[in-house]
Amino acid sequence: MSKVSLLVGTRKGLFILDSDDRHSWRTRGPFCESWPVYHAIQDPSDGTIYVGAGSEWHGAAVWRSKDLGETWEWSGEGIKYPEGDEPITKVASVTAAHGKLYAGVGAPGIFESADGGVTWSLLSRLEDQAAFERFKNPENSPPGRLGLIATVFDPDDPKRFFANVQGFGIWETEDGGSSWTPRNQGLRADWPLEDPAWGYCVHKLVRSPADPDRIFEMTHVGAYVSHDRGASFTEITEGLPSDFGFAAAAHPHDRDTAYMIPLDPQHGRYMHDGHAAVWMTRDAGSSWQRLDNGLPQDGAYLGVLREGMATDTQDVPGVYFGTSTGQIFASADEGASWSEIANYLPAITSIGVAEAA
Amino acid sequence: MTDVHLPSTLLPLFPGLTRHVDVEAATVDDALARLDERFPGLRERLCEPNGLRPHIHVYVDRERADLGTPLRGEGRLDVIAAISGG
Repeated sequence: MSKVSLLVGTRKGLFILDSDDRHSWRTRGPFCESWPVYHAIQDPSDGTIYVGAGSEWHGAAVWRSKDLGETWEWSGEGIKYPEGDEPITKVASVTAAHGKLYAGVGAPGIFESADGGVTWSLLSRLEDQAAFERFKNPENSPPGRLGLIATVFDPDDPKRFFANVQGFGIWETEDGGSSWTPRNQGLRADWPLEDPAWGYCVHKLVRSPADPDRIFEMTHVGAYVSHDRGASFTEITEGLPSDFGFAAAAHPHDRDTAYMIPLDPQHGRYMHDGHAAVWMTRDAGSSWQRLDNGLPQDGAYLGVLREGMATDTQDVPGVYFGTSTGQIFASADEGASWSEIANYLPAITSIGVAEAA
Repeated sequence: MTDVHLPSTLLPLFPGLTRHVDVEAATVDDALARLDERFPGLRERLCEPNGLRPHIHVYVDRERADLGTPLRGEGRLDVIAAISGG
């Protein structure tokens, strides 16, 4: 068992929870000067923590720590559009892949860094897509104005990755961001589409670490799986209590196992009937199992946002989720049993996992 | 020299920066440029490409001002991180 740390992004800074056994946890923080944090990751290649953030006063930046949170630096150098364009208010997502860093920002765009987050340059705004004229207009942005909410890389090809534009759907590039193709085949929409290729609301896309062809999505209307690297998706909502949710996570070792948190799709957007639960599939979505052993079952109107759930990579993986009311629940046995490991934190936006090499 | 008063939220971002800084400048914009020379990147934390950030307010000699407002010799420039909700 190696040490596991949780990187907890909140509306009031980053917190880090450390554990040697995944049962007893110690909380540190807040870090990043209590800026609103949208996403936090560990670069597995060197252990550095990167945090996407946006201050209401001082704008967007990526914070970084090479010593698991003991000391911090920040940079927003280069994260800006030309004068006259929409200002960038936040870094909504950070990805470390193939030796580089990528920051997704609102208004939608992707910046890259080749020097460990010291300086950044614009990689793409998906300008070659017809949808660009729509999503660059802030009036068309969903609540939160997160913009480019995720980049998800192909583990075998550094030029191939997905970009998720909040409220517009998934695009894929195979040439490092020069050109893009919509990847939303098979998704539903409950609203009129200007073009059937895009206009979907994909809250979370996760790729199985065990099989890069296997992708799961939790969307505004339905859960989906792809068996062909995202070329097409099949709906797997049947068996879940609703077709709405934000968070999803993949099992690190088993390509058929994934976790989702369905929520009330109306104004509530909390777990159904006040009964907290994570739902797990062991067969790529053919069936679902409700996981609630140890989770509160009375009056637990918990919400979990798109980056609010994660798995670690231990032999028996841990599963973690953080709520918009400041609780963190952890399972050290793939979701079979749960315990509350933190409470009273600020509203949680993201959970990331950092593990000792 | 203008006595520039800065918000405390800037201090952790720029080691060596203090709440009060004296600068020789003709306008608010000029003052921020002088500060940016001493603390690279500071101006960008107060301004967007199109002007002051939405919750950053400036006052010259206690009067609400903007980037183009002239500074008068021994005056005072307050840069305020305005209330931004809970």
